[in-house]
Amino acid sequence: MSLLSVQGLGISFGGLSAVRDVSFAVNAGEIVSVIGPNGAGKTTLFNMISGVYLPKAGQVRLDGETVTGLRPDLLARRGLSRTFQNLQIFQQMSVLDNVVVGFHLHERGPVLSDLLGLPGARRRSRASTQGARELLERVGLARAAEREAGALSYGALKRLEIARALAVRPRVLLLDEPAAGCNAVETEEIDRLIAEVADSGVAILLVEHDMKLVMRLSHTIVVLDHGEKIAEGDPATVSRDPQVIEAYLGASAEVIDAHG
Amino acid sequence: MRLSSKQATLLVLAVLILVSPAFFPSNYYYRVGAMVFVNAIAVVGIAILTGYAGQISLGHAGFVGIGGYACALMPLHFGVPPLLAVVLGATLSGVIAWLVGRPILRLKGYYLAVASLGFGVLVAMVLANEGQVTGGPDGIKVPDPGARAWLTGLGLELSNAQFWYVFTGLFLLAGAWLALNLNDSATGRALRALHGSEVAARTVGVDVARAKLMAFVISAVYASVAGSLLALQNRLITPDVAGYMHSIELVTMAVLGGAGSVLGAILGAALLTLLPQVLTVLQDYEHVVLGLVMMAVMIFLPAGLLPSAQRFMRGRGE
Repeated sequence: MSLLSVQGLGISFGGLSAVRDVSFAVNAGEIVSVIGPNGAGKTTLFNMISGVYLPKAGQVRLDGETVTGLRPDLLARRGLSRTFQNLQIFQQMSVLDNVVVGFHLHERGPVLSDLLGLPGARRRSRASTQGARELLERVGLARAAEREAGALSYGALKRLEIARALAVRPRVLLLDEPAAGCNAVETEEIDRLIAEVADSGVAILLVEHDMKLVMRLSHTIVVLDHGEKIAEGDPATVSRDPQVIEAYLGASAEVIDAHG
Repeated sequence: MRLSSKQATLLVLAVLILVSPAFFPSNYYYRVGAMVFVNAIAVVGIAILTGYAGQISLGHAGFVGIGGYACALMPLHFGVPPLLAVVLGATLSGVIAWLVGRPILRLKGYYLAVASLGFGVLVAMVLANEGQVTGGPDGIKVPDPGARAWLTGLGLELSNAQFWYVFTGLFLLAGAWLALNLNDSATGRALRALHGSEVAARTVGVDVARAKLMAFVISAVYASVAGSLLALQNRLITPDVAGYMHSIELVTMAVLGGAGSVLGAILGAALLTLLPQVLTVLQDYEHVVLGLVMMAVMIFLPAGLLPSAQRFMRGRGE
């Protein structure tokens, strides 16, 4: 059974339908990319799946269980985690603490033991700090651990968000433009990281404008245009699909170029 | 061995409390010191709510009032020992904070400020108007907890002012210790995270509503204990302690000192408690200068006194 499946998902804002009747599925260890011109509804789709928006129609299933419209923190408990296109970093916290927070579900305990600094609370803190350092190592930010997060470059913040999302130990990971604003070297690192995470059995749903990255990584590509799915298939099939070329690679080529 | 920043903060605080009396010109300054500590306890609570979690309350003096009146009314009406009344008052404040916080913490920013202000006004009104129970606008006497007499019995002779200086100082140390523990725990990190981005905090599994409520309850307990200590020390409590001016004063102290830091909160409380005492030499201009100092701090040191000073020191160290 698919780890994440989406059926007939739709939402409208002020009477205008933003996403309509979108269905697809992601299996464990698989990378599915959602592409489409700007304004096609990719981020809206992400926000519905991750519980930020309440869908008007359709269903989201996690491992067979219906989780449509569940709060993001409850989805996190069920193993769904995400990153954001427009970064959502805890600016005032250290880089390390940003990732330690990601372990919240694994380190939380009674508030009283946190207040009293009981050995249990300290042990949990140490374990998550240790885990966070390993994740920072993995995304190449170990040396920035003690810095204030707000001081990092855009590309570094993108990787910091991935590290934080991985701290949740997700079964399903939603990555919203993880390579945006990154240079070639950073993009390559992110590329390798995503492949690694998928290999460890995580189902990955990816929105990305970097077509090279999408074509290289994806097992399946879902193409959205004007909020509707116009194609789905492996990279080779999708890139030959005339409707896709028309809607995306043709008409909006300048837009893609602008986003590198 | 290197001290952690938590240990360093507690050490600085303990040394300040111990060493300050060496510079006191008279016994009266023990009283002023105790006032600083009592305010600081409430402000550390505000630091948790506002500094960690980023939520504003303009009604926390209401909890100061509940804690204070608990020490007057519970012994009077139910024969509860005054020190037990501190605990019961704190429990009551926690329960009320939980009930009030659930609906109002859904609000954000100035909506939350106004709603919490309403709560504080409500408490102050009840305390002033229910004269038969509370003693009305003139306040009510508070019994002696008998702790000083007990210490004298053990052979430790302290003047009244000295006793309260030590007693409230110990409470402040304990309060700071708890707040620092919290800061470096799962709960504290969750609070700082939701301060930074609620949606991101949610996606890592933080139950934002519950975390905010937790901060509100904890800070209410701090305010309540401060109110109890104030009442026990003064042997009198009046409804003004629950008034909105006092609430605003507490928030001002926290923001002035540096809302995110425990030591900053204590510094802010000390500054705003001591400054009016010092400025009395200016007589008519006292409030003008006080106002100007507050404005200058916020304009030139927007992060608050302590965080700005720390940043300055780090900048020079590099």
